[in-house]
Amino acid sequence: MPPGYDVNWIVVIILPIMGALLIGALFVVSKFIAPKRFSKVKDEPYECGIPPEPFRWSQIRIRYYIFAILFIIFDIEAVFLFPWAIIYLKSGSMIFYEMLIFIGILFFGIIYSWRKGVLQWK
Amino acid sequence: MSWQNLVFYVLGAVGLIIFLSLTVMVLTWIERKFLARIQQRMGPMRVGPHGLLQPIADVIKLISKEDILPSWADKPIYWIAPLAIFVPAIAIWVTIPFSETLVLQNLDLGLFYIAAISVLSVLGLVMAGWGSANKYSMLGGLRAVGQLISYEIPFIMAILGVAMLSQSLSLIDIINDQSKIANIIVQPIGFLIFLAAGLAELGRTPFDIHHAESEVVGGPFVEYSGAHWAIIQLAEYVNTFAIAALIAVMFLGGWSWPSMPFSGIPHHLLSVIWFLIKIYAVILLIFWIRGTYPRLRIDQLMSFGWKVLVPVSFINIVFTGFVRFYNLHWSILTVLSLITIGSIFYLIYKTPQQSRGENSIRIVPSKEAASRPPENYGDVNVR
Repeated sequence: MPPGYDVNWIVVIILPIMGALLIGALFVVSKFIAPKRFSKVKDEPYECGIPPEPFRWSQIRIRYYIFAILFIIFDIEAVFLFPWAIIYLKSGSMIFYEMLIFIGILFFGIIYSWRKGVLQWK
Repeated sequence: MSWQNLVFYVLGAVGLIIFLSLTVMVLTWIERKFLARIQQRMGPMRVGPHGLLQPIADVIKLISKEDILPSWADKPIYWIAPLAIFVPAIAIWVTIPFSETLVLQNLDLGLFYIAAISVLSVLGLVMAGWGSANKYSMLGGLRAVGQLISYEIPFIMAILGVAMLSQSLSLIDIINDQSKIANIIVQPIGFLIFLAAGLAELGRTPFDIHHAESEVVGGPFVEYSGAHWAIIQLAEYVNTFAIAALIAVMFLGGWSWPSMPFSGIPHHLLSVIWFLIKIYAVILLIFWIRGTYPRLRIDQLMSFGWKVLVPVSFINIVFTGFVRFYNLHWSILTVLSLITIGSIFYLIYKTPQQSRGENSIRIVPSKEAASRPPENYGDVNVR
């Protein structure tokens, strides 16, 4: 483990914890100050004034699930690109062109899915 | 690690959170005033001179309001969702520097860390949407996910382009690397991509479809009130400030461009001020966009993300790679970027309206209305 490694990352944990604690304190303060009156009509889900439907979670068709698959592919590819972006100047033309081929394949993937009509809402 | 370090970090974290909360109060006032001026209104005027105390009044009001729990809601998820939105928003700020020494912890993986953390707040939006058991909230949460999966790729690619230019992921290194020339001049295309993707990530106009007031009446936040709503709003403004700071760091050269002729303490003070001026300039740009542009539809937004921004960000990376690898002059990259931007605008302009989106609605005037002579309303002709 390189020196200073634990110091580097411990603050990444401290800051969110402190944030959560302060926000929790705010919630507690608000709980003591704020009024609380129960009312059947007030606690109904808001639907612009009309009485809500008798079921809780409505079914919604997620139309973009193919986009989500594409997103996973490209997101993983970003993880490969980050280390390359830092070292490609020092490591010779072989590595540079290999990564360009990789990007080219991905670019071809975008064009292919475009031609196949994936990037279109139906 | 010693306990002094721990105390220092805890104090620094508390100080940072207090600073961000105060900044958010200032930002809400600026946004209301600025939007009001754009729309030829006065904005808040009653509380304090020019409404300066309005944010404080808002905070007191929001804390003393009732936190309503809808009777159908999924209780634990509903209560935790604001925290899940707020914690990633604050966690980004670990590594954003205000000057060379004024930073909580400069991480070597800074940009990668930011790209990873900033995504997490969408989880909170989905939790809020699900927990509320409201149809509008559910739609809003799912829209937020759709927005994220379209804009995360260009967001990361724009960051990657900057990392390739300065050969580092640490934010301080990136700023120091721009002391001669800022990245916005070298890589204007990356700036535009990052601005668009950042706005989409924030859910600000023109990409505010997940809480579009006129369609899903506030999206995931419909049911929230009181302190929980205040926290969601706080997180949103902290995120806005973070994106503006990132633009200032990555493209405007932070405090180091143009360089200042001082050294020692005056240099530090001036660099903080200079950096804050750049951040606020970007924030005013974001508010200006909010006051000017209409909202995109979700299918338009997704096709813009996937058909324009993703290919352009690939082109950006390839150009940057070639220019850096063969050690060409930076102005070549500028020219290539500008040519790309120009050709993209030309292609969008040339693409017929019909093929841009299949679901477009067109309002065709009836024959009777078309044949009527235009009525004269002063200088505007209305048919």
